[in-house]
Formats: sequence, structure tokens, C-alpha cells
Amino acid sequence: MKKNGVKMIKISSKNVDVFYGKKQALFNINLDIEENQVTALIGPSGCGKSTFLRCLNRMNDVIDICRVKGQIIINDFDINDKSCDVVRLREKIGMVFQKPNPFPKTIYENISYGPTIHGMAQSKNEMDEIVETSLKKAALWEEVQDRLHEPGTGLSGGQQQRLCIARAISVKPEVILMDEPCSALDPIATAQIEELIDELKKDHTIIIVTHSMAQAARVSQNTGFFHLGELIEHGSTDKIFKNPENKKTQDYITGRFG
Amino acid sequence: MNKKKEQLLNKRYKAEKRFRLYGQSAIFMALLFLIIFIFKIFSTGYSAFQKTWLIVPVTFDAELMMLEQNPSKEDLKDADYYDIALKSMADLDPNANENQENELKRMVSYFFEREIKRELLNDPSLIGKTKDVYLTASDDLDQVFKGNYPRDLPEDQRRVTDYQLKIFDQLVELGKVESKFNLSFFTYPDSREAELAGIASSFMGSIFSILVCLMIAFPVAVLAAIYLEEFAPKNRFTDFIEVNINNLAAVPSIVFGLLGLGILLAVFQLPRSTPLVGGITLSLMTLPTIIIACRASLKAVPPSIREAALAMGASKMQTTMHHTVPLSMPGTLSGTIIGLAQALGETAPLILIGMVAFVNTIPGSPLDPAASLPVQIYIWAESAERGFVEKVSACIMVLLGFLIIMNLFAQIIRHKFEKKWS
Repeated sequence: MKKNGVKMIKISSKNVDVFYGKKQALFNINLDIEENQVTALIGPSGCGKSTFLRCLNRMNDVIDICRVKGQIIINDFDINDKSCDVVRLREKIGMVFQKPNPFPKTIYENISYGPTIHGMAQSKNEMDEIVETSLKKAALWEEVQDRLHEPGTGLSGGQQQRLCIARAISVKPEVILMDEPCSALDPIATAQIEELIDELKKDHTIIIVTHSMAQAARVSQNTGFFHLGELIEHGSTDKIFKNPENKKTQDYITGRFG
Repeated sequence: MNKKKEQLLNKRYKAEKRFRLYGQSAIFMALLFLIIFIFKIFSTGYSAFQKTWLIVPVTFDAELMMLEQNPSKEDLKDADYYDIALKSMADLDPNANENQENELKRMVSYFFEREIKRELLNDPSLIGKTKDVYLTASDDLDQVFKGNYPRDLPEDQRRVTDYQLKIFDQLVELGKVESKFNLSFFTYPDSREAELAGIASSFMGSIFSILVCLMIAFPVAVLAAIYLEEFAPKNRFTDFIEVNINNLAAVPSIVFGLLGLGILLAVFQLPRSTPLVGGITLSLMTLPTIIIACRASLKAVPPSIREAALAMGASKMQTTMHHTVPLSMPGTLSGTIIGLAQALGETAPLILIGMVAFVNTIPGSPLDPAASLPVQIYIWAESAERGFVEKVSACIMVLLGFLIIMNLFAQIIRHKFEKKWS
């Protein structure tokens, strides 16, 4: 989104290196993410795009041997700084995973969990409202409004993934990270999710990792191409797909490797 | 070429057939042993649930009981029942000499006085009247009536005399011998007399031990498992701890008994022979079992659930307490029950801490001396009297029933509450 013609940068990573034990997985990544836009991260398997995504909400902390160096600045604040509280950070930066992973609880409890632990609702009514708006935003309300108290694991794969998206937006995050959200879904469910992503970018900044170049082209405004742990090229999706600067990007886009 | 292939195929089929046969015969063998074992226990033990009573006419002679006119309830309690009890037995054979009277007395249990007293206390109007009273037959006559006694042995090799047998047979003919359900097996504590021995004290001892064991082992083990699995850093030290927990599970139980003896009894001076000490000793044994079960079920919770919670901004603690631990509870609980079932069947450590002592009172708390079911089996199996043989099997049946119920419970918990992952 442009304000007075200037691009608003939501996240800016500076010289980010990631190591798994002694093995370096990401090399000096410098990438700016525009606010209220969809940024797609593409690249062949093992190129580090998911690793980079997980740096943005410090999910790599979970992995013992993983070390992250460099700065990731969100709202003028370096999230790799020691003073950063990951709980507050992850409240602001939601995440949707590759495989739908609803909690084995009811649909209602799935959505209300985030607002509950962050104390966002003062009453039952408020919570009902949060659950309803989250499900509506995730385009799931129509399908589940009569069975909010049935287990979320009983939904179909596509519905589960939308439930996970609804769960992620229930705490009104500024950024939503999506790690190949459609790779476990069929084409129809995928189309629904893609439509949803387009809708969500009004209120959220979205970063999506995807294997499907067609999907990247369809949903994103900006694209970053990763290869062997390096960010080869990034820019507007139009430019990356139609007129890439780098030979490797060209080769990948045209399907010569990957 | 084709023929060779066919031969190869045939060989493969045959090998598979043979393998199936081995498997089936292994299962058949196992089942056969199990059936023999259970049949043996049931065929020996079932008769212990029946008890033989002699129906003896008792005359409640106020004079012999040293009772005044119109005695109060207190007077009845304090009255002397021994003489009328003795007289009732002697009256079975009016021609009996002094020796024979003694033999007659020994045809019933030494509880006969108490049984007669109970009769009068229930119905004080019996004073001066005669009534048929059920008296517990001695364990030898009990065995005679059940057909387990070698009557054909020469008299000097038997504990039952010919005279006793003669009177007994007369009573049988008159229909004055009856077999009824042996309630006292469940309500009486242990006794030196087989006909009066019951499992009440050891049953309660087992229950108290298990409760103490549960209350100590469960919280400690679950906390240890959660910390090790979810919070502890993975390094050499925690690896070392893990190896040692696994080793602990393999330590012979008698070693834990020695530990209980050396530390709980000798150092801390806890009361000997009590379920408290037994329970603590058993909890040491159960601890690794529960830790291992709890860790395994924590491991079985898919990492995606943890990630989902963490990504929602839940702290490590919230993720663990809200999601991981509740999901692991079915596995943990069934592991706990299986651990407790193991502890319930444990004998050696309890013998070492003194729960093998002869206890003829029913414990009311974990601080009272008690036996436990497996130790009771051990004590009775050592006794020479024929009457205890069936008691051993009956006690095994009770213990097995207890264990089967516990394991069933574990299965139900596992099946009912375990979440299925899509």
C-alpha cells in the first residue's frame, strides 16, 4: 500500500543469517515486506523460505539447535533483541501452517483460545462476537454456525485450514504468516483460501510461502525468490514473473529446475 | 526359466504357511498354559468360598451363664458363654467321656463361644430355651465335608480322630451339617485357624498401600516427566537422567524393599509393617513406570499442536498445561494404573519392610499394621494345614480379579479419552 506515493514497510530484515547447528541455512537475507500487501516467498525445496518465515515470529526458538543472527525490524523494533517478549510478538504476528492443525477441541474453543489467553474479551458476549467475526472473516461462518460446539477436527481439510486462519485472525494480528497453507488441500479448497487471502490483506500484512508459482502469481503483489539459503531476487510479482533480472529466477520460473 | 520361477513362488508360499503355523502354535501354547493355570486355581480355590457349619442345639441356661433375673444388655454382654458352649458340644454324645468331650469341642472353631453369644444378643428372649445354632466347623471337618480330606489314612496320621468322624457322620445323616457362602473369608482378618482366616486385613492393606503409592508416585512422576519432556534442555546430563530412569525401571523389586528397610524404617523410624511404608516403597518402584508412560504419551502429542499454540502466543507453560498435558493424560493414566497393578502384585519389598507379619486386625488407616494380598498368599502358602490350600487359591482369585478390573479400567480410559489424530 502506498501512502502519499511512499511504500509502507511493515517488516524489514537486515543481514539475517540462520544456522542449524553448524550448517548455515540462510545467508544474509535483506528483505522488506510491504504493509497490507501479500508477499510470496518462492523457491525450490530446502531453499530456506520456510526458515525465513519462521524467523518472523521467532518460531525457530522451538528448535534447540537453531540460531538466528541479524535484525528483523517490525514497527521500529528488533524482534531478535533480548528485550522482545515472544508472547507479545506472536500475538501481533499470527501463523498458519502447512498441515491444518486445529486443536482437538470444539470449533468455538479453537477460536476463543487466543483471545482468552491474551485477555481480549471481557464477557461471554464479547467472546461470541470475536468468534463470529473471526469465522466470518475466514469465510467459514456459514458452514459451521450450527455446530460451533462440535470438534474442529471433524471438519474437512479445507474447512480445517480456514478454521486455522480464523484462529490466527481472532487476536487481530498485524501480520499473518502462511507456510504453504494450501499444500494439503484440493483445488477447490485452495481457491477458497486464495480468495480469502485477497480479502484478508485489507486488514493484515500477509507473507505466504508457496511451492506453486501459479499461486504466487495469483495472490501476491510482491515476490521473493530463495535459492540455497540466499534471497536471489525480490520485487513486485509482475516484475519477477515477467521480467526477472536474475538468470536463476528466470530458470526457476520457467520450470527448468525446482 | 518359467519352471524355476514357479518353484520360487511355491517356496515363498510354503515359507509363509510355515510361518503362520509357528505363530498359531505359539499362541495355542500360551493359551493352553493360561487355561491350565486358571483351571488349577479355580478348581482348588472355589471351595474356599463355601464354609461348613455344624447345627448344634444350644440351651441358654441362665444359671450356667451366671445371669441374674431380668438381665440388662450389658449383663448379656458380660455373661459367661463358655460353659453353655462346652455343654452344647458335649451333649452331642451323651455317653462321651472326658477325652471325647474335648474332641467334641475341637470339632468347631474356637469362635463357637462368640457365635453362641451373638445368637443370644440378637434375641435375648432365648434365655432358658434351646435353639439350633450354626457353629463354624473346624477346618479339618470343613475339608472332610468338601471331600478333600484323606479319611482312609490310619488314625495316627490324621488330625481328625475316628471318634470325631463318627459323630460328624451322624450329624451329616441328621442333616445337621450345612455348607453356606463363606462371607467371613472377606470380612475376617487373618487367623492361625484356617476356618476363621479371611482376607479383610490384607485387602485393606493392599488398598491403603496402593493409595499411598498413587498419591506419592503420580504427582512426582508426572511433574518429572513433563519437565524432562517439555522444559529440560536436551544435553548430556538429561540424557544421563533418562538412561537412569530406564535403568530404575529394571531394578529388581527386592532392592527397593531393602531401600525401604534401610531408609524408611531404620533412618526415619516410620512404623513397621504399615501400608504407609509399603506404599512409599512401592511408589519408588512405580515411579519410573509412570515417568516412562507419561513421557511416551507426551511424545505422542503431535508437534503441530504445540506449534499451533505457540504461534497463537501461548507461553511454553500455557502450551504445556492447556494442550500437551491434557492430551497426554489418557496414556499417562493408563500407564499409572498398569504401574499400580504391578505394585499391587509385588511381594518381595513388602516382606522386607515387615508387611509379612501376622496381622489379625483390620487396618483402619495406612498407619496400622497390615498385610497385603500377595503377601497373604505367601503366608498361607507356607502354612501346613489342608484348610489353607484352598484359601491360597481363593486369595489368588481375588488378587487376579482386582488386577483384571484395574487393567480393564486402564483400557477403558485409553479407548474412551484418547484423541484420534486425523
